Amino acid sequence: MSGTDNFDDLRDLYQEVILDHGRKPRHGQRLESFDSTAKGDNPMCGDRVQVWVKYDGDSLGRVGFEARGCAISVASADLMAETVQGPGKADTKALFEAFRTMARTGECPDCGGALDEPLERLAPLSGVHEYPSRVKCATLPWHALIAALDGTKEATSE
Amino acid sequence: MNVMTNPIGLDVERIRAGFPILTQTIRGKPLVFLDSAASAQKPRAVIDAMVQAMETQYANVHRGLHWMSERTTESYEACRDAAAALMNARDRAEIVFTGNSTGAINLLAHSYGRGVLQPGQAVLISGMEHHSNIVPWQLLREDRGIELRVAPVTDAGELDMAAYEALLQDGKVGLVAMTHMSNVLGTVTPAERIVQLAHAYGAKVMFDGSQAIVHRKVDVQALDCDFYVWTGHKLYGPTGIGVLWGRRELLEQMPPFFGGGDMISSVTYEKSTWAAVPHKFEAGTPAILEGIGLKAAIDYVQAIGYDALAAHEASLTEHALARLATVPDLRIIGQAQDRGGVVSFVLGKAHAHDVATLLDRQGIAVRAGHHCAEPLMHRFGVDSTARASFGVYTTHAEIDALADGLIRVRDFFA
Repeated sequence: MSGTDNFDDLRDLYQEVILDHGRKPRHGQRLESFDSTAKGDNPMCGDRVQVWVKYDGDSLGRVGFEARGCAISVASADLMAETVQGPGKADTKALFEAFRTMARTGECPDCGGALDEPLERLAPLSGVHEYPSRVKCATLPWHALIAALDGTKEATSE
Repeated sequence: MNVMTNPIGLDVERIRAGFPILTQTIRGKPLVFLDSAASAQKPRAVIDAMVQAMETQYANVHRGLHWMSERTTESYEACRDAAAALMNARDRAEIVFTGNSTGAINLLAHSYGRGVLQPGQAVLISGMEHHSNIVPWQLLREDRGIELRVAPVTDAGELDMAAYEALLQDGKVGLVAMTHMSNVLGTVTPAERIVQLAHAYGAKVMFDGSQAIVHRKVDVQALDCDFYVWTGHKLYGPTGIGVLWGRRELLEQMPPFFGGGDMISSVTYEKSTWAAVPHKFEAGTPAILEGIGLKAAIDYVQAIGYDALAAHEASLTEHALARLATVPDLRIIGQAQDRGGVVSFVLGKAHAHDVATLLDRQGIAVRAGHHCAEPLMHRFGVDSTARASFGVYTTHAEIDALADGLIRVRDFFA
């Protein structure tokens, strides 16, 4: 079946980059040495994530995570870890707000602006806006990351 | 395999024509609705009954002395007669209307649990209950020191009858509260045997029939149970109305749960007295339109008949088990001998939510998650499952679409 089936109807939401990062996350491990960590929990669907952060001066040096959940939550965690290495706390929080808007509306709130480049990288996840119940899957790792940055131990999505 | 079987004259195409929503398309594809166990679609007869009441015959019930109120009371109370007949209750006063099954179980846990059961007694549930038949008893345990016992489920997803009997043996169990059909595994529990054993050890029995009453004839006198709860919206009726059936003598022993209008006999500041059953448990303006809709739903089901419903469902379930067995990497959770039209499964390493979303892209609606039965998920070592469930309007072709859709999902993730 897969020989002739190009899965067009499935791929518009689950783009190759999501499948790839969902299957083989690059940052899906705990950091041996870290400055802060926090857990995220979505009791509605049972998704769980823990995020570890190592600072490099004032900016985020490395981010690692362990996630149990769907392809979208794992891919989102991995794309997040990849995207936030380098910026400082304030920029990371601004990026989260912009990403959350994108996940909820499908629209990129700051494309062409200061966040153009990181939002472009996260854009494959914007398709979740069609599924309000799954927006939480994409934002859960971010809630955990922000909790780690704020020094709180646990976050729940929305 | 696509051939439409036609058990006992059930004309599925004609039935489908009576459900307006089934003509909808999802993303340009015909809706394949396999989530009836969560809530069933509504036939034209139910929709029309509710609209007609609002357009031609509506007022508050039980208190007006005017024409509209009298007529509305008649239509609403006709639901009580229909529900009593549906369950073969001895007495229409044994039908208490609630908001849903959860409301019925909470009523029982509050009124029977706090008014009749004594500290030191136990409530016995099974390992395959919906949260709605777990949490009210936990609250009772914390409030009144009434023990909560859980009868285990076998690997096949059936009630472990030896363990069940062992849990009854010390005579402390005052109430067995158990599902009549699992919303996750599809398992139909051996209700008669459950009651015989419970009664032999001095316990009363409540069944949660939310799923069972959709698929099987429920005869509370034949079952010899003491309470039976179900909800309207799974039986092709509206949301917001459910039923607690109880033996009259037990309902009479029980104190009221909600206080307010409609449930009193007289009120003074010093003392109020209660209305007779069932009104003692029905404070406030009831779900009038929903009762009228539920009456239409019960008439609809009775006109088809449970023999035809059960045969249709058995045929669909057999077909589903055969077709799903051909999907690589698919594992069905629950292999009970006696089962209804609910099939839970996991697909390789794909998360159930991804499976459900990818089926939705193909126009196929299934449920995914823990199905409000987290302890049961743990029992089978999974976090979540996808679940397909069938209704009177489900076709064999829709099950084929599910199996084909799952093969595509599996290949997509491979």
